[in-house]
This record gives sequence, C-alpha cells and structure tokens, in this order.
Amino acid sequence: MPAVYIVADNIYSPIGTTTSQNFERIKQGISGIQKHSNKTISDTDFQASLFNYKENEEFNTLSNSKFERLLIASVEAALKDAGVDVTSEKTILIVSTTKGNVSLLETNPNDAGLKNRVALHTSAKIVARHFGFVNQPLVVSNACISGIMAILTGVRLLQSGRYETAVVVGADEISKFVLSGFQSFNAISEEPCKPFDQNRTGITLGEGAATIVLSTDVKYADRIKVLGGAVSNDANHISAPSRTGEELSEAIDRTLSMAGLKPEDIDLISAHGTATSYNDEMEAKAIALAGLETVPTNSLKGYYGHTLGAAGLIESIISIQSIKQNIILPTLGFETLGVSNPINICTTLTTKRMKTCLKTASGFGGCNAVVLFSK
Amino acid sequence: MIYNQIFKYLHINNYITSNVTISKNVVYHNERPVFENSGVELPAFLLSVYQHFELAYSKFHKMDSLSKLGWLATEVLLKDAGIKQYQPQQVGLVLSNANASLDSDQKYMQSVADIPSPALFVYTLPNIMIGEICIRNNFKGEDAFFIFEKFDAAFIEQYVAQLLDTNVLEACICGWVDVLNDDYKSVLFLVEKAEKAGAIPFSAKNLDTIFDNLIIDKI
Repeated sequence: MPAVYIVADNIYSPIGTTTSQNFERIKQGISGIQKHSNKTISDTDFQASLFNYKENEEFNTLSNSKFERLLIASVEAALKDAGVDVTSEKTILIVSTTKGNVSLLETNPNDAGLKNRVALHTSAKIVARHFGFVNQPLVVSNACISGIMAILTGVRLLQSGRYETAVVVGADEISKFVLSGFQSFNAISEEPCKPFDQNRTGITLGEGAATIVLSTDVKYADRIKVLGGAVSNDANHISAPSRTGEELSEAIDRTLSMAGLKPEDIDLISAHGTATSYNDEMEAKAIALAGLETVPTNSLKGYYGHTLGAAGLIESIISIQSIKQNIILPTLGFETLGVSNPINICTTLTTKRMKTCLKTASGFGGCNAVVLFSK
Repeated sequence: MIYNQIFKYLHINNYITSNVTISKNVVYHNERPVFENSGVELPAFLLSVYQHFELAYSKFHKMDSLSKLGWLATEVLLKDAGIKQYQPQQVGLVLSNANASLDSDQKYMQSVADIPSPALFVYTLPNIMIGEICIRNNFKGEDAFFIFEKFDAAFIEQYVAQLLDTNVLEACICGWVDVLNDDYKSVLFLVEKAEKAGAIPFSAKNLDTIFDNLIIDKI
C-alpha cells in the first residue's frame, strides 16, 4: 500500500492561529484555559479554553455558524502555500466533529429548517462549497476519537487509490449543551485539569479547530508519514472506559505491527489524558500492557482543554511538531503520578532525538483510537 | 491509478450473509417481513419488536430510540448468523445516518432548562449505539460512524471491503440507522468473507437494492 504523507497542517485555537504560533506558545507554557463568567454557557463560573469575543469577530463570513467559521479558518490557513488542488476529483474533504452546530438548538426556534441547519452534512457541504471541493465531503462523528478516526479514514481512502489528497479538518465549540452535559456527569474540574495527577478531578473543556492535509504523492516523501493506526471497542460500558485497558492496548499492538515496529521504537506518546479518574487510569494500564511504560508520555489537555472533535487533530499536530523539532513538551497540570501503572509522564521541556510518535484517544461508546506518525 | 488497478486485481469477494430493514413499522429479515405493528408511535413499536422476538436484555429499556432501533436491527440480523465463530476483535461496525443523535440532542436540551440529565446526555453521540451493540455481543473490532445526507452505498461498500480485504476485520455489520422524531429507518447488513446459503455478493448495487427495496414499498 502507498505511504501517506502530511503535506500541511494548521491549529486554529485560543492559543494561536497557526501551527508554529501554537507550538511556540505551548513551549513557553502558555495555556488557553482560564476562568470564564459567561451566563449564556453556564450559570456558574467555569474553567475552559475559549475563543474571546474579538477573535470571533474577526471571522468574515458571518452567514456561517461559529462551528463552520472555525472549520473554514483552519482549512484556509492549512491550504495557504500547501499547493493542493481542492477542485481535483482526487481530493476529498473529511470533517471531524462531535456536536457541530448543536448550539443552534439553544438559540433558534425548533422548526423544520433547524433540523437541516444542525445536520452535520449541511456544515460539511458549506465548507466544501467555500473552497470548491468537487467530491461529497465525508463527516466522521465518533465521540472523542473522531479526530484520529478522521485521519485514519483519510489514510484508508488514499491507500485504496480512490483519492490522492485528503483535507482532514475537525472542530467543536463549547456551548451550554456540551458544558452542562459534562457537568451533569460531575466530570468537569473546578480548577484547570491535571492529567495523570493524583489530585486530578476531571475534564476542562476547550474549543478549537485543526486541519491535516494528507497525500500519497511521492513528491512529499521527505515529510512526516502516517505509518498506521487502529480503532477498537471496549464492549464494556457506554460512558466508562475499560477496566483493564486491554482494548486500547490491542489497538496499539495492531498499529505497531502494521508499521513493523516494536515498543522500543516509539519515542513519544501523546495520550488522551482527559484528567478524569477512570480515563487516565485506563490509559496507564493500556500503555503498560503494550510495553510502553518507559516511553515519554504527555497529555496536552492542560493547554487546550478537551477540544472534543478537534482533539485528535490538534494533539497529533503538536506531537508531530515535537518529533520534528526534537522537543518533548511537559504535561501542564501534572505534578505527582496518580495512576496505578508507573508510566513515564513528561514533566519538563526536554530535547531528545525522536523519530516516531503514537497518538491515542478514547471516548464515550467504549471507543479507542491510535495513530502512528514517523519522520 | 496503479493502486486502483492493484486493488481491483486483489479484490476478494465478500458477501452479505444477512440483512435487516426496519421501516414503516415493519421488520424485514432477508427481505421478508417478519413482524408488523402498524398504527403505533416509534417507542411503542420498538418495544413491540423487543417483545415479539422475546429478547431479554434489561439495558434495552434505558436506551434512546436510535440505540434501540440499531440494537433491535442487530438482534434480528445476527439471529442464526453464527457470529460467535469469530474472535471479539474480528467483528466491527461501520454505521451511518443523516441526523446523528439530533433526536436525543433535542430531548437533552429540553432537560437542560430544568436539570440537565446525564442519562440523556450520554446518548447525544451517534456512536453510543455502536457501543450498545458491542456490549451486547462482545464485539471489540474496528468501528466507525459517518454522517451522510443520504445512504451512500458506494462509500460503505468501498470502506467495509477495505477493512475486510486488509484483514482488519473478518465480519462487519454496516448500514444505516436514523431516527428523528417520528421518522426513522434502519437497514443493516452483515458482511462476511465466506459465501453462505442465501448470501449475495457485497456490492454497492446490492446494498442500494436492499435499501430501496421495492417489496417494502408494495406493502
């Protein structure tokens, strides 16, 4: 099967609007998370990484929703100078999101028009039309693994030969719908989240968008490659992760064997690390089961919060920058290991020669996803 | 282009070994009506399907309509299908619909004005249905949920065939499960590598033929 290369990428987040701006600021320890008093989202104050009003105003096509403006802004930035022909029949747009335009349910009358406006395929078509994609866009909506699944779907569609280029974009906004839901689960942390820490008390949410452009064109052979990936299901519980971590571990094993690599070949793990008690415990078990407990592992949730349908993309792009620049980022919010297995959580910014990075995620519905990148 | 040719050359035939349609208050298994309960609303209809097939699964009653519909269709689909011959990680699901979880999104949003309900919020993701089916059957393989305006047989055929032909899966449940208020439709296919009695080739044409079955419209 042909190799799949990363041609271009973008992170459009409260931290910055380009990949390099995001990476530079994260290197400086800057987080997008702060306390918000916003009654349209929550009656009580809450921690989150949100776009400020001014940045919202900077979007120019106001007939589109905030969700669609985020998708468009990120794709536009990624395509700038990428030299990709989006109007080719060999190019496909893939959109990753968990809730898309759901915030319109909070503000708009519930009529027949709203159903179509909230439909995820409607947003995808708006973005496709904006840029002139000729193929029907694909929408992945598979909870918190959507971003990684969208990358893997892009890889598969390219390897099938049906397409040569895939523009994979993900976004989610934080609305009352989403925040109240996680609050109803008692899953939201009072303080900025503390992934893998013994005092972690839950998730901090964040909004953002990110884009990865994939290609099988060998002219990109010097770029980062996607070596493989896998998805598994816990078959255990719809809102709680596996008790053993076996299923995530199995997806890691499958990914490594696809790439012909061994655990010792992995230089960095970008974990899901949501900072809920159960998620981080399950991930630590899975990482240990896969024989990766000594591999430097971080969670980026302390910088971005949990960006839902964008998370897999944002965190993949940052991790790719890490291996490109040989810089391991610390896990912001982490102090003392609070999981049963002694995995190697990164605490300081360090430089190390690196070649490969594994990105993992897990989500509601018992789903797990893994993707492997290499120089 | 060369990869297209290689793929065609290597293409292994897969088979639809079972299919189920639930639409307009009728359940069809392999295109034959097996249960009908017209004149009732969706929740009552779904319960009557559960009772008719003498299913005993207490988790069913807490599911949202989308999960109930997909779960019931899978129960009928797998009846006598011998799915237990596979290892858990060899069976996966590739499902799609137009309205994601909007039916439950609306119900959850109504609860937010009062007390936000975690029991409703958990169903505001379409892949929860996949989770419910996996829990019931101990399926641990690859799964995915895609959103399309209309059922895209060509995409499903291509994507599922790739998962089977590259040995990511040995069997895959794929198709469409959509619910929004009173509108609903579920058409699921069990796709396997080995031909069985009554199986038909797994092709976009056959998916579309079953999805738009003329027999269904005649009833």
